Amino acid sequence: MEIDVCPPEQRQPNMSIEGFHADYLKVFYGKLFPHADIFKWMSYGNDGKHPACDQSYFGRREFSFTLDNDIYIRFQSFSNATEMENAIKEKCPFKIDLGAVYSVDPPKRHAYAGNNVFTPVERELVFDIDMSDYDDVRHCCSGADVCSDCWPLMTAAIKVMDTALRDDFGFSHILWVFSGRRGVHCWVCDGRARRLSDEQRSAVADYFRVYKGHENGLKKVSFVGPALHPFLVRSYNDVLKSFFEEDMLPSQSLLANEARYQKILDLIPDESTTSEIRDKWNSNRRSSISKEDVNTARWEQLKHALQSSKQKGLRRCVEEIVFSYTYPRLDIEVSKRMNHLLKAPFCVHPKTGRVCVPIDPRRCDEFDPGKVPTLSELLGELNDMDRVRADSSSGLPAEEWERTSLCRYIRFFRSSFLQPLLKSCKEELEGTYSAKLRQSKDSLGW
Amino acid sequence: MEIVRSNRKSTAAAADSVPALSLYRSAPSLEVRLEEFELYAIDRLRVLKGISDGLSRGKKPDEMEKLVSELWRVNMRHQDANEVMNKDIISHFVLRLVYCRTEDLRKWFLSMETTLFRYRFRLEGSESQRALMTDFNLPYKPLSHAEYEGVKEELSQVARSIGLPHNADSMFFKVHFEEVPELVATRKVFIHKGYAYVAMNQVASLVVTQFRSHLSRALALTNRKWMSSIRDQEKDRLTPIVEAMSSSYLGPDYSQPKESTEISLKDIDQVANSSFPLCMRHLFEKLRETHHLKHGGGCNWGCSSRCRNPSGVGLSLDDALAFWRRMFFDCQVGSERFDKEYAYSIRHNYGKEGKRTDYTPYSCQKIISSTPGTGDHHGCPYRNFSEENLRAALRRMGVGERPMEEVMERVRNRHYQLACTLTFEAVHGTSCDSGVNHPNQYLSLSQRAMQSKVRGSSCPLTNSAVIGDPCVDLGIGDPPTHLPFCRMGNRRRRDKTTSDGRQMDRWAHLPPFLSLVGSRKKMPLTSGDVGRRVNV
Repeated sequence: MEIDVCPPEQRQPNMSIEGFHADYLKVFYGKLFPHADIFKWMSYGNDGKHPACDQSYFGRREFSFTLDNDIYIRFQSFSNATEMENAIKEKCPFKIDLGAVYSVDPPKRHAYAGNNVFTPVERELVFDIDMSDYDDVRHCCSGADVCSDCWPLMTAAIKVMDTALRDDFGFSHILWVFSGRRGVHCWVCDGRARRLSDEQRSAVADYFRVYKGHENGLKKVSFVGPALHPFLVRSYNDVLKSFFEEDMLPSQSLLANEARYQKILDLIPDESTTSEIRDKWNSNRRSSISKEDVNTARWEQLKHALQSSKQKGLRRCVEEIVFSYTYPRLDIEVSKRMNHLLKAPFCVHPKTGRVCVPIDPRRCDEFDPGKVPTLSELLGELNDMDRVRADSSSGLPAEEWERTSLCRYIRFFRSSFLQPLLKSCKEELEGTYSAKLRQSKDSLGW
Repeated sequence: MEIVRSNRKSTAAAADSVPALSLYRSAPSLEVRLEEFELYAIDRLRVLKGISDGLSRGKKPDEMEKLVSELWRVNMRHQDANEVMNKDIISHFVLRLVYCRTEDLRKWFLSMETTLFRYRFRLEGSESQRALMTDFNLPYKPLSHAEYEGVKEELSQVARSIGLPHNADSMFFKVHFEEVPELVATRKVFIHKGYAYVAMNQVASLVVTQFRSHLSRALALTNRKWMSSIRDQEKDRLTPIVEAMSSSYLGPDYSQPKESTEISLKDIDQVANSSFPLCMRHLFEKLRETHHLKHGGGCNWGCSSRCRNPSGVGLSLDDALAFWRRMFFDCQVGSERFDKEYAYSIRHNYGKEGKRTDYTPYSCQKIISSTPGTGDHHGCPYRNFSEENLRAALRRMGVGERPMEEVMERVRNRHYQLACTLTFEAVHGTSCDSGVNHPNQYLSLSQRAMQSKVRGSSCPLTNSAVIGDPCVDLGIGDPPTHLPFCRMGNRRRRDKTTSDGRQMDRWAHLPPFLSLVGSRKKMPLTSGDVGRRVNV
């Protein structure tokens, strides 16, 4: 089967300007990048006047820049918003990574070398999901490419993770970001999440891990025991089952030809069942001209064969197949350690020129990576605006970004993520402060 | 803890009122004879080493439980019943001193003591478990009936998912999920809105977390005290004991192999073929595969630069090992992935400049316990390969049909290191008494075996070559069915003649390195020492 594998950006109409250019980046950081919002976020309310604010908080956050020619500068820090903004505008980094908040100002770490004073103390709980980890289950693209046929794998991952982070772990300040090319990042920003130790992070990451597989292993997912954990049951019932059957099965044509269905049959540990099904499908090739999609029809046959099987192990197989194909594949190392870096939102991906915009998890079905604004489109919009302004000389809004297609992403970032986050940060600060006051009053009384 | 050379003045008061399991919250003020200081510690060390071996063989929890209680029974007994508790406490605090001194020592000790505590806790009755929870001031209240009703469906589902019987009257505790990381990691608890619902038979996990964090803090504190004062104050008395005990134990480090058998790069294929353990071979083959793909992206670049650079110079064994060390560290091949990993490791270097990044090669235990992700090639093949693939791989190594079955048998019982040992024996036709604990150890044993074969020596591995080798097992805890470990007893008996005559009975059955500890001539043990105290 031939599938158009050309990267989505080439299908865009206005490719007159190339997607990415260092000079464009200067304009982007100068006019569009939401410096103030990033600062507000990274301060977690500590930039206020309240006596409980930790004024050194933002200054202990590690920033790191990737410059042109892959020059990498780690352990930068800024004492305030202006300093950060100026550094970004001056250095014009291809990529900005956000690190942990350390016990001391990161550039001064050498002064404390050797006695473990310089340690990460806070860090968002982060997740990284990368489409290239799905190469064995998608047939439309591979590696860095994504298309509208395989992107829904990310959508399913977001749904599963977002629900579990909220319902199971009780987190509420969760930011999903398009990584600019072929994946998504997740930032969990609740105070509790930021203060998790490495061990606790690993535990959360492992909670989400079902892949025990190995390339040489027969199975990538294996469920034992008479029941599944409630988290897995919910993920299966609410997201994965319908996604697999209604979306992935037809769009990836998972059972349409022998090479593909063999991959699925390989996941079934019983030889007699698989050979029976294989024979049936091989001989039925011509007769299956019914209107019903061949993938769906065969899946129903397979499910029936497995679920009616007398062998106990086989009934779990349906779930195992669905999980193997659709369950989120996390790059687990990123989540396990506090000092791991992750690319900041609103960066521009140097290969695609696309901005790393936030994704609304409640409307992630509507997200299309091919429609994310690119650097060149945004600059085009700015240019058009200048022309309009020159023509009409009427008063346009002062902020130029509000006239570009980046506007709705920045608005979403503010209203759905930043504002609720800062509100609860404020409450938390006030709460700990008054608790401290009460404590000191009590001790005075005695 | 107060330590006095002799004339014990007091034993633990009221041993009967103390629970059998100590939380080691504070050092008791006891006077301890110097010999006991050392002997108790060695006995405990044997327990811990036995646990470490058990873990590295991938023993299952119920096997571990048996192992731990057996190790404890054999090593920690005392003819005086009142002394049992003291021996436990004293040995713990001595080893704290021994193992507080570096990050690696602390990590090992923390992990072994925690494991020991976990199994000892599980052996306690539920009454005394509750008592221990109270001792820890754990503020947990059992779940109320109303709350239980709200989540009972999910609780019973979790119980079924981990194969535990769920009975309605079992008690649950609602705790922050952060407090039971291991139950969260293995999905053994129901989690809702940030709370984990821990069943009574899982409270070990809660208590162990507390124990672990307490001990971790205490070790850091002891380290500070050791560095600032104890080491100097005790430099003629305890310091030599303390330093000998841990360093002689860990022994030669396979990250810095001393013997430099020269292997030039052109020979590396041949060496890989004859001397690499399966895990290394697999990585090597995968590496070569991807290496040949000229357009293999980041991987190609990363691998070839590492592979080819030394080619002009000729690759010494050290280089080869260094090369593999790096492979294990960061080559999780997969082209895009390598790109990423490689970049990360550079940043890592950056971040740790002046501190030196730790490239210590992974031991078998570490390799076995690491679970490779999708498409990764590292990890222990005996554990991760499907049976079919493993058989094929072993056949390629030249393992015959009969040894193959023995290997597979070990694999089925999850004795991955034993499986590797048997493979070694099958491939080299010599026995490997020490067992395989490290891929590099396999490599150097193999090289040694082949050299002595060339020289015509009969059986190199059972002779002096391995004696004094640190990875020699203590020979405890393993049923005699495991052939390689059985033979070791005989060899040790031979050591009798070389060990310190005075202590012969005491030391004869101990592995050779302990004779180091036995030679206490350096330490003034005269009566002038009476009354000198250390506060630990």
